[in-house]
Amino acid sequence: MALSREEVRRIAALARLELQPEEEERMAQQLSAILDYVRQLEALDVSAVEPMTHALAEGAVPLREDEVAASLPPEVALGNAPARAGTCFKVPRIIE
Amino acid sequence: MSGLLDLSIAELSGKMARREVSSREATQAALARVADTDGKLGAFLAVAAERALELARASDERRARGEVRSPLDGVPLGVKDIFLTQGIPTTAGSRILEGFLPPYDATAVERLQGAGAVVVGKLNMDEFAMGSSTENSAYRPCRNPYHLERTPGGSSGGSAAAVAARQVFGALGTDTGGSIRQPASFCGVVGLKPTYGRVSRYGVIAFASSLDQVGPIARTVGDAALLLGAVAGHDPRDMTSSPRPVPDYLEGLEGGGRGLRVGVPREWFQGGVEPGVERAVREALETYRRLGATLVDVSLPHTQYAVAAYYLIAPAEASSNLARYDGVRFGLSARGGGLREMYARTRGRGFGPEPKRRIMLGTYALSAGYYDAYYLRAQKVRTLIRRDFDRAFESCDLVAGPVSPTVAFRLGEKVNDPLQMYLADIFTISCNLAALPGLSVPCGMHPGEQLPVGLQLLGRPFDEATLFRAARALERELGPLPPPRGV
Repeated sequence: MALSREEVRRIAALARLELQPEEEERMAQQLSAILDYVRQLEALDVSAVEPMTHALAEGAVPLREDEVAASLPPEVALGNAPARAGTCFKVPRIIE
Repeated sequence: MSGLLDLSIAELSGKMARREVSSREATQAALARVADTDGKLGAFLAVAAERALELARASDERRARGEVRSPLDGVPLGVKDIFLTQGIPTTAGSRILEGFLPPYDATAVERLQGAGAVVVGKLNMDEFAMGSSTENSAYRPCRNPYHLERTPGGSSGGSAAAVAARQVFGALGTDTGGSIRQPASFCGVVGLKPTYGRVSRYGVIAFASSLDQVGPIARTVGDAALLLGAVAGHDPRDMTSSPRPVPDYLEGLEGGGRGLRVGVPREWFQGGVEPGVERAVREALETYRRLGATLVDVSLPHTQYAVAAYYLIAPAEASSNLARYDGVRFGLSARGGGLREMYARTRGRGFGPEPKRRIMLGTYALSAGYYDAYYLRAQKVRTLIRRDFDRAFESCDLVAGPVSPTVAFRLGEKVNDPLQMYLADIFTISCNLAALPGLSVPCGMHPGEQLPVGLQLLGRPFDEATLFRAARALERELGPLPPPRGV
């Protein structure tokens, strides 16, 4: 199945991923080849099979108690911030 | 090559206990070896020399006071650069995390250091653990210590290469589709992917959360068992970590091969495996028979679908996990324009080709109109693969076969053809999909290439002990591989 350049742009927009024109071209070819390959799963009848939604053999582990515990102090949590204002992460203006 | 660095962890630990060598001496030797060899090898992304010497000094002081914490106390180790290490740069092999200083340690690292181990640095890897050759590292490729023109495998290539090249005595890696077992096989060392849930993933940079698992890489089976014992167990900070008690993995280690029922999946021996690899694997199976094990013919009928299911599930989970790299809280931030431009530009510049490919594939597989056809179908196939193993384990105690269809391939050989790179994961992927433990143990040298071949052993969930026992039986019989001479 060939993926069009337009389709590649649509997915890249969903993924918030800027691609250069040459990347779009390569991506279209490589993704098409991979999607062709994974289509072999269509040969299997899975209509009566449950999806494996838990990797842990015993299924979901009981949740821990919801108790107040120590967490990262703001200064530490902000330690890698590209831009900050006080104790907030600073981002470009969202509301005009 | 220094004799000290050739010791196993168990041997070094014994020498330290007898005061024949100090942690300081071992750590200095390891750091010197890294300084001498890593320009060529490329196993490290960060070396924390001063910090390591400080930890070694503290270990020696504990020993002098009679307060040794464990057999790992004072032992120099490395960890893959996917583990958060407080105050040591952590990049997951990606430019998008260049300069990132984690505010806390991963649980596995915390436990190693709690046991007294000396973490000397961070080991090279494919970007976000996506790859099978460590060529996808955004910083530099890592090479195979047996042959510098060959890859060490991946994604934990730095971990396997550093252990094989005697830069460290052991290491931690992670394995999502073979990323511990395949590089261990390529570099002639022992690597274990534990059962999903055996080791906490807290503080491990996430790739595919239902498949990722932390495990040891070491030069002997006993050392791998020792390392797993140190890091395994429930962690309240990882709700997928199992509350099952951790057994003493050294206890049954010398149990030998007698009485073991070794399953040989017929689908794994139907062509496609390099003759030199197949021969070494078949000889290992013959060795088991000679040691008193029974070889059992088993079938894993959905083997051929594993790669396809994996390359839908893993990218889908990755596309979600990698959404956090958005230029807001940490890592690269390419600003200018509005919020959406910042997201897209940061990610476009920060991610290399392989994460981009997987984000795109995963986003596509999860997008409206395609979810049922791709992701859901793959999850159902995952159930079928798991059932194959459940059935096989009714007649055997473990399954054995190749780790990889080839020995270590050349740098550049597959890097431009992602699908070919993916297809080479055929034997390692089922283990992650079925959430089983899997181990790679050296089973000989490829006669023509003079490169190591690994035997893969897969076990029942949480039965790592049987894998260690079987691997140890083979190791004892075959003896060590010739050490690498590349560096």
